[in-house]
Amino acid sequence: MSAALPAAVLPPLPTDTVISLPAAPQTHVTVRGLSKSFAGAPLYTNFNLDLPRGKIVSIFGPNGCGKSTLMNMIAGLVKPDAGEILFDGKTLRETQIGYVFQNYRDALFPWITAWDNIAYPLKRQGLKAAEVKARVDELVKLFEIRFDLKRYPYELSGGQMQTVCIMRSLATRPEVMFLDEPFSALDFEMTLFIRAKLQEAHLATGTTMVIVSHDLEDAVFLADRILLLTRRPTRIAELVSFDMPRPRLPEAVADPEFVRVKAHTLEVFRREMAA
Amino acid sequence: MATILHKRWLPLIGPLLLLALWQLMISAQWVKAVLLPPPAETLAHMASVFANGAIFADLWATIFRTVCSFGIAVAIGVPLGVMLGSSEGAYRSVEFLIDFFRSTPSSALIPLFLLIFGITDINKIAIASFGAALIVLFNSAYGVMNAKKTRVMVAQIMGVSKWHVFKDVMLMESLAQTFVGLRSAVSMALVIVIVAEMFIGSETGLGHRIIDAQQVFNVKEMYTSILVTGALGYLLNLLFLLGEKKLIHWSGKA
Repeated sequence: MSAALPAAVLPPLPTDTVISLPAAPQTHVTVRGLSKSFAGAPLYTNFNLDLPRGKIVSIFGPNGCGKSTLMNMIAGLVKPDAGEILFDGKTLRETQIGYVFQNYRDALFPWITAWDNIAYPLKRQGLKAAEVKARVDELVKLFEIRFDLKRYPYELSGGQMQTVCIMRSLATRPEVMFLDEPFSALDFEMTLFIRAKLQEAHLATGTTMVIVSHDLEDAVFLADRILLLTRRPTRIAELVSFDMPRPRLPEAVADPEFVRVKAHTLEVFRREMAA
Repeated sequence: MATILHKRWLPLIGPLLLLALWQLMISAQWVKAVLLPPPAETLAHMASVFANGAIFADLWATIFRTVCSFGIAVAIGVPLGVMLGSSEGAYRSVEFLIDFFRSTPSSALIPLFLLIFGITDINKIAIASFGAALIVLFNSAYGVMNAKKTRVMVAQIMGVSKWHVFKDVMLMESLAQTFVGLRSAVSMALVIVIVAEMFIGSETGLGHRIIDAQQVFNVKEMYTSILVTGALGYLLNLLFLLGEKKLIHWSGKA
């Protein structure tokens, strides 16, 4: 009966809010009723998501499903049409976040040295020179940096530049760190290095991390949770848990548990591609 | 060793060829000596005007006018360009005017400036500043407008204030393009100053010296002044290239 009614007569779909749909326990980032369309085509409609505290979540899905758009809306780089995004109940403005871009060359400031790039957000927060130095030294130790940070970004290799980007985004001790395809412009050797360093940084700081990846192995390797998305209009296909202990060494890709989770995510991914 | 020597002296080959061709034209009597003096005599004359100081008053007058014009152009063009560049709407609304006057040869405006400023030094400086300021403005505005979006986002995500996003990122981003503008502007200022010295009743300046020598058929003097003017333009350009390399060390690398 109702299917025959014109669309305008139908009551509007209820949109979820943090009140109507409270966050699950141990949630850090709560997304409720998120909507976004591009040129009239809906990408997200009433999308809900809970990102667990202190975990690394990988976002993976078919091409064009809006993996990066979802992360960028949470990080405030893309304005959603509607919806609530809260960090521990706070808004984005009240929250310190970090963001690592895919294109590290365009993300670093070439007019100052690598060291000054890392120190920049700290200086702008009004920290004293001694405090800035102490924090940068701490990061240098954590990342076991062996190249000269007094050089300019364009004098560094791609992997070194991306390392500097990650250090800079961690400098302000962000609550949540977003990484947009951080490995896609790196060779395999540097990918292994940055994977290891990200895990160490995560173990040391417990920062909640969100990674967008187009490489299934990268997505699974670092993740505690793999968020699998459907084709557009995008929904959550599945939130896969992967509780392998850290630090995960490169050999972990041969571990039966890794192989099982990767096979399962691949299966869901292929099912969604075909859908 | 021999190749290093070769490489170092390579840039001299062009000028030497030109001098040889110059001499050949005279030796073969392709051109009358009254129109083209021999290169050796011209260079000797150049040495003598520097030795007896005859050229200094004119050289300084031209340098002074060019530097003044350039200074005014920078003082107006850079702040205005940066302001317009940071608001794309503002730039688009005056874009036509900028492009129109940028495409109009400034020498075509000399009569207009004559009406306003009369036959004064201020006139020459005003018209040269006008031409140069447009170039500076246009380049500074584009420098700011073409700031890498990623870098601006980086600063915004850090929670840096709008003013600091502007000062620390957009302004720094624009410097490379601004310097390109400064280099073209100083050349443009020199061109207009020379033209103005030739045609706006002038008692000093290299332009005045060139036209005076031509009027009395003193070709040695004329070629000397042309060469000195060329050298001045070349040195100004070189100065800015070196300054750019030193100050905007990341230019073209990031």
